[in-house]
Amino acid sequence: MAPRWEDLDVGAAPEPRTVGPLNRTDFVRYQGASGDFNPIHHDEEFAKSAGYPSVFSVGMLQAGILATFATDWLGADNVRTFGVQFREQVWPGDRLVCSGAVIEKVDAQNGSERAVKLELMVERVGGGTAIKGWATFAVPE
Amino acid sequence: MVDASAVGTTDEPYEMTVERGKIREFARATMSENPEYLEDPIPPIEPTFLTSVSFWTPPGRSVFSKVKMDLRRVLHGGQEYIFHGPPPRAGQNLTVQTRVAEVYEKEGKRGGTMTFVVTVAEFRDERGMLVAEARSTAIETGKPATSKEGA
Repeated sequence: MAPRWEDLDVGAAPEPRTVGPLNRTDFVRYQGASGDFNPIHHDEEFAKSAGYPSVFSVGMLQAGILATFATDWLGADNVRTFGVQFREQVWPGDRLVCSGAVIEKVDAQNGSERAVKLELMVERVGGGTAIKGWATFAVPE
Repeated sequence: MVDASAVGTTDEPYEMTVERGKIREFARATMSENPEYLEDPIPPIEPTFLTSVSFWTPPGRSVFSKVKMDLRRVLHGGQEYIFHGPPPRAGQNLTVQTRVAEVYEKEGKRGGTMTFVVTVAEFRDERGMLVAEARSTAIETGKPATSKEGA
């Protein structure tokens, strides 16, 4: 069950989710699901020819993990906006921590839905921030 | 080199059918165990599912290909989705149209001049109502760079 409006005050947060260590199969599974077949995420020779030490994760994979972390908390039907800014790249072997919190409550007005705004983040264990994210979720009556 | 004259280019609208199996595959790939995606016979899409629209883009017709970016030097800067109500569900037929919204340059912290390309895709339902928008920012770096600025 999604949390109730009364429980979604500023600062309310779900348990952080840790995933990984991510491997090349995770990257390829996501590329198959999304249709983004940029070889830089699975072709070692191509990635090295571009100057990278190895293949690296698809940004939209960690964005997708963060997005479903948020919908698992507040409900798949309730998402209204979801955005990310990519920071550090994610590499094979990385473990990631997804976290987030309510930063604003918006009451229903003029026919608009009541909603909460979230700040979201993906951090690399032992590294820096991979993603800064944000989202808006409707909170049904 | 990025072709800045592509700004304002819009592709021909095309259809995207939202499929249950694809939603399930996407949930697995993004490590969700949410029964709303995995068990509902008519599941809603994940917030980032519309990225899979590339499966429906007619070959050679992507507006993105008109910008002529070098894949060896491209990073994804950011992505945003807006849903005008609950997200679309399996079985819906959406009509998609994408435009190149912006091309601009910025000096990178390490990678020389970076060129930003912003595309916006609009998704309409069977009645022509705008149900979702996807805004994507791609960055072509001056040279390959392990980045603090994109993925």
